[in-house]
Amino acid sequence: MKTNGRAWVYGDDINTDLLAPAAYLKGSMEELASHCLEDLDAAFAASVCEGDVFVAGRNLGIGSSREQAPQALHILGIRAVLAKSFGRIFYRNALNLGIPTFVCPQADRIHKGDRLEVDAGEGVVHNLSTGETLACETLPDHLMDMIRDGGLIPHLKKKLGTQ
Amino acid sequence: MPCNNQNTAEPMSDCVSMTLAEKILARASRRDRVQPGEIVTCDVDLAMMHDSSGPRRLAPKLEELGVDVWDTGKVVLITDHFVGENDSHSVAIQALTRDWAAKRRLRGYHEAQGICHVVLPERGHLRPGMFVVGGDSHSTTGGAFGCLMTGIGATDMAGVLATGNIWMRVPETLRVRLDGALGEGVTAKDVILALCRTIGINGANYMALEYTGSGVSAMTMDERMVLANMAVELGAKCGIVAPDGTTRAWLANVGVDVTDADAWQSDDDAAVASEMVVDAADLGPQVAAPHSPENSAPVDVHAGTAIDQAYVGACTGAKLDDLRMVARVVAGRHAADGVRFFIAPASVRIAEAAEREGIGDTLRAAGATFLPSACGACIGLGAARLAAGEVGISSSSRNFQGRMGDASSRTYLSSPYTVAASALAGRIVDPRDYL
Ligand code: SF4
Repeated sequence: MKTNGRAWVYGDDINTDLLAPAAYLKGSMEELASHCLEDLDAAFAASVCEGDVFVAGRNLGIGSSREQAPQALHILGIRAVLAKSFGRIFYRNALNLGIPTFVCPQADRIHKGDRLEVDAGEGVVHNLSTGETLACETLPDHLMDMIRDGGLIPHLKKKLGTQ
Repeated sequence: MPCNNQNTAEPMSDCVSMTLAEKILARASRRDRVQPGEIVTCDVDLAMMHDSSGPRRLAPKLEELGVDVWDTGKVVLITDHFVGENDSHSVAIQALTRDWAAKRRLRGYHEAQGICHVVLPERGHLRPGMFVVGGDSHSTTGGAFGCLMTGIGATDMAGVLATGNIWMRVPETLRVRLDGALGEGVTAKDVILALCRTIGINGANYMALEYTGSGVSAMTMDERMVLANMAVELGAKCGIVAPDGTTRAWLANVGVDVTDADAWQSDDDAAVASEMVVDAADLGPQVAAPHSPENSAPVDVHAGTAIDQAYVGACTGAKLDDLRMVARVVAGRHAADGVRFFIAPASVRIAEAAEREGIGDTLRAAGATFLPSACGACIGLGAARLAAGEVGISSSSRNFQGRMGDASSRTYLSSPYTVAASALAGRIVDPRDYL
């Protein structure tokens, strides 16, 4: 469960209206994703590559319960999310979608464009650009199981025996 | 029952004192007691969702799971986000939502009756002690009725619909005690905006916020709903007010007979993470500047800021008491030239009650335009969406950049009194000068 990609680094209080603007909630997920974060960084959506890592400061994903916020990041190619702290619904939503999502107290040691290897199983981030290793808060076992299964729906499917 | 260890040989660990939130989670997880930090699986008493986060997002997930709703009697579906919109996407979402409810003969389906957090209690779905999840962040509003109600996303909701349960981390409780009486022209909205500043946005992350004290006891249910509603702005899992006579009377009015209110109280000696005491008499009207509810300050700080629009709406700020506040300020007066003044009553029943009380006439005479009872401008939809560079003042709960309109628009948040007075003046003013 390792991902390797470039870091996209933003500050505190990135809210769900910025990640998933309400004006596009009605349409397709692809269109919504293309407007992800546009009021903050117009270049973001078009520049993210598969495997990249989203890094933020405090309170990432505060605001609405809209699951489209982490889903937009996932559609654009983000494969791990790190922040100093999260809005609680965003945190649940991201994990439910199977995105490795970690509280990383030292997130501010990561700079835009750094190459990161996120080891979800171990809960550590290797910053390949600086040589640093940053520890993340470990996830409870039931959430690690869910992440390993790819999110809540595949996890439940397995539990319900409907696979 | 208060816990008294002095006269018994019981060790401390057998002490069963719990906060209200803990009591509800203990019951829902079929345990005698729970402790903050524990992760428990809870039976869900009621699941509420709306047209945006509801069937259109979770139907494919349920299909993938190959199961359907665990108990249709415990599901409430309310359309509000795209009500009043007539573009093809909105029409298709409304149709899909309606069909989904019809196929399951959902008795708790309320179409275009108002905003979910207000319609839910209004239609008698809530009672003290319930554990309720809602597919919307402001689901914390239900806590005003002594429920533990919290917001979840669409995949979590699909899991709840499939299994009837959900995992929860038992929250620490932060008690906010409001002592004394609020002054004239000062409201629950001013209390919560001040808390947004002092606690900080997300400052009560994961916690249960319990509101107590004489200032809360004196509040109407409409006002308590504001405190619970915006608990989520502080990051809280829930905002909760223990039930009392006011709660029972309000619920009796919507056909819910509460006989066990005494069971749903925090024990006097239950441990809380911390207690904040707010002196009601010290508090004046508050205004939160763009782009966060945390940017609140006494109204004087922003007085004089010119506005293009005054909006009374949303689950937070357009209940009957809110409309009464507005009417009290604008009666016999008129909105300033060049200011658009909108009222979107939070529910159809509230709009009807306002007409019966003559509030509708008072507001229209003051130049107000009524909009559908829906989310509307609170999420940047409908006629009151702000254009580029415009400034609005709103009784809603969030003023994040771009939320209520163009990314370059700016929204100030305040009580309905302050929105109304500012509509008259054409700039932000202290409403106490208009009472
Ligand atoms: S009125 Fe606003 S805050 Fe309330 S449910 Fe609708 S969008 Fe959310």
